[in-house]
Amino acid sequence: MATSFKEALSTNKFIITSEVAPPKGTNLEKMLHHIDLLKDKVDGINVTDHQSSVMRFPSIGGCLSIKERGGEPILQMTCRDRNRLALQAELLLAYTRGIRNVLCLTGDAVPVGDHKEAKGVFDLDSTQLLKAVHLMESGKDLGGSNLEGSVEFCAGAIVTPEARPLDPQLIKFEKKVEAGAQFFQTQAIYDLDNFGKFMEYARKFHVKILAGIVLLSSARMAKYMTENVPGIFVPQNLIDELAAAPKGGALAKGIEIAGRMIAGLKKNAICDGVHIMAIGKEEVVPDILAAAGI
Amino acid sequence: MKSITRQKPFDEVKEHLSSFDRPFIVGCGTCTTMTRTGGLEQVVEMKDRLQGLNKRVSGWTVIPTACDEMAETAMKENRRALDDANCILAMTCALGVYRLGSYINHPVIPALDTLFIGVEDSPGHFHEVCMQCGQCILGETAGICPMTACHKGLVNGPCGGTNNGKCEVDKEKDCAWTLIYQRLKDQGRLELMRRYQPPRNFQAVPRPRIIKV
Ligand code: SF4
Ligand code: SF4
Repeated sequence: MATSFKEALSTNKFIITSEVAPPKGTNLEKMLHHIDLLKDKVDGINVTDHQSSVMRFPSIGGCLSIKERGGEPILQMTCRDRNRLALQAELLLAYTRGIRNVLCLTGDAVPVGDHKEAKGVFDLDSTQLLKAVHLMESGKDLGGSNLEGSVEFCAGAIVTPEARPLDPQLIKFEKKVEAGAQFFQTQAIYDLDNFGKFMEYARKFHVKILAGIVLLSSARMAKYMTENVPGIFVPQNLIDELAAAPKGGALAKGIEIAGRMIAGLKKNAICDGVHIMAIGKEEVVPDILAAAGI
Repeated sequence: MKSITRQKPFDEVKEHLSSFDRPFIVGCGTCTTMTRTGGLEQVVEMKDRLQGLNKRVSGWTVIPTACDEMAETAMKENRRALDDANCILAMTCALGVYRLGSYINHPVIPALDTLFIGVEDSPGHFHEVCMQCGQCILGETAGICPMTACHKGLVNGPCGGTNNGKCEVDKEKDCAWTLIYQRLKDQGRLELMRRYQPPRNFQAVPRPRIIKV
C-alpha cells in the first residue's frame, strides 16, 4: 500500500474500503487469506470488533496482521466491551504499532450476541470516543494527565442514512462531525435516490462519506435484512432481480448488483467512495470491484 | 416510587431452603403487594407450598412496609413463632431482606428478585424511570432518562440500532432517543440534543453509596 488511507482521503480519488472478520478461535488462515486478497485492491481494511456482540479474535489483532502483510488497517473500536481506560490504552498500543485509522462505534447491544449475560460497558459512546481520540492527539488523556508521547489517527464513524426516524440520526451525525470524525462509512444503502438525498445534506459537512455496500447473496438474505436489520431496506425490484436469477446464480447476481451500484455512485460522483461488506464472502470482493469496473 | 420484584422460580427457593425445615414467611403490604409478588395472597400460597414439601412453617406475617422500622415491630410481635423458626423467607424486596436481617439473627432468604425502582404506568405495567446515577440530566432530555430508558445508557443521541422507533434489543420497547427527540422537538428545544454531553461521572457517589443529610 503506497499511500495511507488518510492520504487517499485527502485526494479526489474514489475511495474503496472493505472489511474482514476475525475468527472465533486461533486459526487465522481464512482472515489472512482475505487480507491478502484485499490489501492491494482497497484503500483500507476494517477489522470488525466482536461484530454483533459475538466474541472473536480481537480487532487490533487483525489490524496487526494487516500491517504485517503491508495493508492499511482501519481499527474498529466499539464502546461495548471496554471502559475509557481500556479504550485509551488500546489506542496507545495501536498507534505504537503503526495503526493510523480508527472507526469509533458505540457497538451492538450485548443481548444480540453470543454472551447474552455479559455486562455491556458503554462507559463512553461513539461521539465521546471520537473526542477522546482528538484529546489524546493533543497529548492529554481523559483523566486530564499528560501523555508521554501522543497519538495521531484518522478517525471515522458510521451513519445510517435510511434510519427510521432519520432526524435523530442526523443530529448524532452532526455531533460526530463536530467531535472530529473525518470520514463516515454508512450502513448498507440500496436505494440510490434516497441515498442521493442524504448526500445532498451530508455534502454540507467537510467529511468524506463512503457508502456502505453489503453484498446480497440471495433473495432470502435480502428479505431477511429488510425485515430484521435496523436501517437496511432492500427495494423490491432488487429482491425480484435476485429471485429471478438462475438456480445457483443468486450470488453472481448479488455481485453484479453491488458492482452496478458502485459504478453508479462513482460515475455520478454521488459520494466519496464505498465501503464493501461481503459478510462471510470476502473472497468475492475482487469480483465486485471487477463488476464495478474498478 | 416502588420497588419492583419478581418471584424467584420455586425450585430456586426450594434449593435455598434445603437445609432449613422451619421457615417463617414475611410479606410486605406495600410494593410486593402491589406487584402481587409478596402480598397476603402470595404469602399464604407460599406457606401451602412449603407445607406440601413437609416444611414446618412456624408462622407468617405481612408487614405494612418491610423496609422501615415496622419490620422491627413485626419481628417483636412475632417473637414466639420466630424463636421456633430457623430461617426467614422474605417475600419482600431486597430492602426488606436487608431490614429483616438487621433485626434478627436468623438467616433471611429472599424469595423474590428485586428488579428495579419503578413507576406504574397503568395497572400491572411497571417501568424504570431512574437508575439513580447521581448526576441528573433529565433537564436536558425532556424528562426521559437516557441512562435508564436507553439500553446502552447513551447520552449523545441514538445508536444505529433504532428500528422504526423501537430499540434494537427488543421490538416491544421504545427507543429512548426517539422519545427524547420527539418530546424535545415538541417543546422547541432540539438544540439540547445537539449539545455534546461529555463522558458521565460513574463515581458521582462512589460505591458503597452512603450519604448523610
Ligand atoms: S439522569 Fe437518569 S438515572 Fe441519573 S438521576 Fe437523572 S433520571 Fe436518574
Ligand atoms: S435503539 Fe435507542 S434505546 Fe436502544 S440502545 Fe439504541 S439508542 Fe438506546
